[in-house]
Amino acid sequence: MKSYQEQPRSSSSCAACKFLKRRCTSNCQFAPYFRSDEPKKFAKVHKVFGASNVSKILNEVAEDQREDTVDSLVYEAEVRLRDPVYGCIGAIASLQHRMVELQRDLILARARLASYVGHCSLSSFLDDHGGLFMAPNFLDIPESNSLPFDQFGRFHFP
Amino acid sequence: MSSSSSYNSPCAACKFLRRKCIPGCIFAPYFPPEEPQKFANVHKIFGASNVTKLLNELLPHQREDAVNSLAYEAEARVRDPVYGCVGAISFLQRQVERLQKELDAANADLIRFACNDIQAAGQLPPPAAPQAVASTHMVPAQQPRPAGGWGGRFYQTPSFPVIPYSSMPWNDNYNPHGGVDGSI
Repeated sequence: MKSYQEQPRSSSSCAACKFLKRRCTSNCQFAPYFRSDEPKKFAKVHKVFGASNVSKILNEVAEDQREDTVDSLVYEAEVRLRDPVYGCIGAIASLQHRMVELQRDLILARARLASYVGHCSLSSFLDDHGGLFMAPNFLDIPESNSLPFDQFGRFHFP
Repeated sequence: MSSSSSYNSPCAACKFLRRKCIPGCIFAPYFPPEEPQKFANVHKIFGASNVTKLLNELLPHQREDAVNSLAYEAEARVRDPVYGCVGAISFLQRQVERLQKELDAANADLIRFACNDIQAAGQLPPPAAPQAVASTHMVPAQQPRPAGGWGGRFYQTPSFPVIPYSSMPWNDNYNPHGGVDGSI
């Protein structure tokens, strides 16, 4: 049996209930994900999404998915607070831009390799090196068939 | 931008909230009545009052992009309540890492061929081991860092430096005195 001194000191309220200035009950929905020692985490999520919206989202997902849900909400809130205009869309655009650059550089590098290898052995060379010579369809993002940027990189609502 | 209030037709937001759409309604330019789902999603995920506060903090010319990005994120979260658009970020990050590795491998092959060519031509003695030109990339500073405590399951800022392809010695734009042409 653990002695009283061995039990960890627990706060009476989670970060959410402290922020909302309400009593944190034993079945508080937020308590598992917003510990009292991380007050900023809930503050960010509350500012962007609101506590009631977060609660509704958590109620929609299975319990074993709630930690990931909270983590993604926290991340999205952080990004939105850093970039109030574009939020995560800015990060997506930046990554897409980087992908285009890498694909272009990869095609150029492989074209130059082909000039070294020679045409007769090109096909076997590509087989040995993954064969990805054509630019892949990098816009094949799950659950997102249209991204809000046109060919000039301008943002627009799809 | 449409201003539905000027046509005496309530905007999608005021229709949804069942209130009078007054002239100067902050939502009216961005939530036309013919796109009800756009506001419905944004309200469900972010809440009308939070969106109002956010728009009030922005300059007028920034608000359209802000609303559209919120609408996109809201739609992504409605489709995927667990990951939302962060799932797309994670996917893209993996693609970038994969492409970077492939580019590094291709550059390494090019170095080998270039060295072999030099040796075969007999122009130079066998070169020293080529300098590390692994083309890695420093993501710009504005790339977001994830929230702490979730073990890096989502997008993280890569921490490896980059030498751009255009500065490789076999590139026509190579400047032996340093600097990058940047034309590629």
